[in-house]
Amino acid sequence: MIIQQLSVFLENKSGRLTQVLEVLGRENIRITALSVADTSEFGILRLLVTEPDKAKQVLKNNDFTVNITEVISVSAPNEAKHYAKVLKILSDRNISVEYTYAFTVDDKSIIILRCSNNHEAINELKSHEMDLLTSGDLYKL
Amino acid sequence: MEIWNRHFESMDRDGIRKVQGERLRETVERVYFNVPFYRNRMQEAGLGPESVHNIDDIRKLPFTTKQDLRDNYPFGLFAVPMSEIVRIHASSGTTGKQTVVGYTRADISTWSEVMARTLTAAGATRNDFIQIAYGYGLFTGGLGLHYGGEKIGASVIPISGGNTTRQIQLMHDFGSTVLACTPSYALFLAEAIQDSGIRREELKLKVGVFGAEPWTENMRREIEQKLKIKAIDIYGLSEVIGPGVASECLVQNGLHVNEDHFYPEIIDPETLDVLPAGSVGELVFTTITKEGLPLIRYRTRDLTRLHYEKCDCGRTLVRMDKCLGRSDDMLIIRGVNLFPSQVESVLLEMHEIKPHYLLIVDRQNNLDTLELKVEVEDEFFQDRISELETLRQRIQNSVESSIGIGLKVTLAEPKTIERSEGKAKRVIDNRKF
Repeated sequence: MIIQQLSVFLENKSGRLTQVLEVLGRENIRITALSVADTSEFGILRLLVTEPDKAKQVLKNNDFTVNITEVISVSAPNEAKHYAKVLKILSDRNISVEYTYAFTVDDKSIIILRCSNNHEAINELKSHEMDLLTSGDLYKL
Repeated sequence: MEIWNRHFESMDRDGIRKVQGERLRETVERVYFNVPFYRNRMQEAGLGPESVHNIDDIRKLPFTTKQDLRDNYPFGLFAVPMSEIVRIHASSGTTGKQTVVGYTRADISTWSEVMARTLTAAGATRNDFIQIAYGYGLFTGGLGLHYGGEKIGASVIPISGGNTTRQIQLMHDFGSTVLACTPSYALFLAEAIQDSGIRREELKLKVGVFGAEPWTENMRREIEQKLKIKAIDIYGLSEVIGPGVASECLVQNGLHVNEDHFYPEIIDPETLDVLPAGSVGELVFTTITKEGLPLIRYRTRDLTRLHYEKCDCGRTLVRMDKCLGRSDDMLIIRGVNLFPSQVESVLLEMHEIKPHYLLIVDRQNNLDTLELKVEVEDEFFQDRISELETLRQRIQNSVESSIGIGLKVTLAEPKTIERSEGKAKRVIDNRKF
């Protein structure tokens, strides 16, 4: 249920995001989801890709600061109340969400979460019969 | 134009050389018998106290460097028992260790004398109000000016650095006529005065004595126009005594070196040969009256030129040009000395970053700014903004507390900071001197 996510450190200068995507594109790596968090000086690019280990290596070879981080993913109907429900299950158990992003496939929201304790979060969501996704599920989207 | 000590400041060349020769002889004798470091150096060179007869014999003596002061930290080069030392000052060193200087009662008196000359040369008298906006404390700027101001009998306002609003208010209310601070702070103050709504006619300021950092003729013109004062350049370094080593007169044609106390030479920093008068080279000082910490042929690393022609002001003291640069990598930021190696030693203790860094110095609104770029180490890269921000802040705090200069830390991507086989480029200085 743990999903390997690629995190790339980027200075805020134009063209850097393009370079990341070009490097991955040359290796035919597919991107399922992408999100950018930024401050005025730097940004962190978060990617869900096919073959995360390979993607990490090719980015490293191209002098990017990159790491693999663990996230979890939930599929829910794409209405705000369902997203809210997921978050409430976690907050009721004092599991904090460090960041989250989501994208839509058909009438479903695919929610990505990094929690203070991912394993505890998985158990909690499972016990509430939430639809947790594996990396295999994601790459098939 | 007034001269504080007409006897020494206007002495003819033969006379001053005779004085310098006698004083050098006494100094060499004192250091030989009281400072093991100098005795060993002289013995290694086959020299004894009898080797020095006149001022030209100074060329036989070995040089002293900042490294020697560091190796003998804190008091190893003092030439008197500590019971004779009445004051200790210190300035930043290259590896976190301070450069420590000690003064006897006579040294404080010498310092007051040369500062009295400095202030008199700038046109100050007992009727002036001197606002001292140099920092007080271990830094020699504040107290150096202070003792000189009292010596000439002026009314000294020891306001110290910072607090611009209060600086302007007291300048206005007390009627300060002389301002002493770094040239960049003078410019900053000039603009703050314009913004304060106080009209220039309400201020009595007539002259400024500015030093402790390099500045250009353009900056001088700007200060003079904005503050409507005469801007006088002063030069000194704590190792030699502090401010008061050399200073301009109102003719503003070079800085008169108080060479009856501090004997200057210009050398080639590579060959260490003494260069003929008028050549640009590294300035070297021998203190010939100091008791606490006498220095023999101390390499300042400042690059300049000496002029021996008499000045229109009547002084015959040799004049040095405004410093033209450094023969090492020391930076002066807001009046504080900084060696890139100081930053490096802090960074080497932190595992989260690579030992590559770049210091970017600039000047914004007339104040120096310092930015430090460091590369994040892969293994420590976390994908949470808050952690990176914490890391950035931690680097900033460690470096600031070590170098004593506020700065901004920026995290950079790997390999974006230039590597080089030889001397790495660690500094980009965008200030225009």
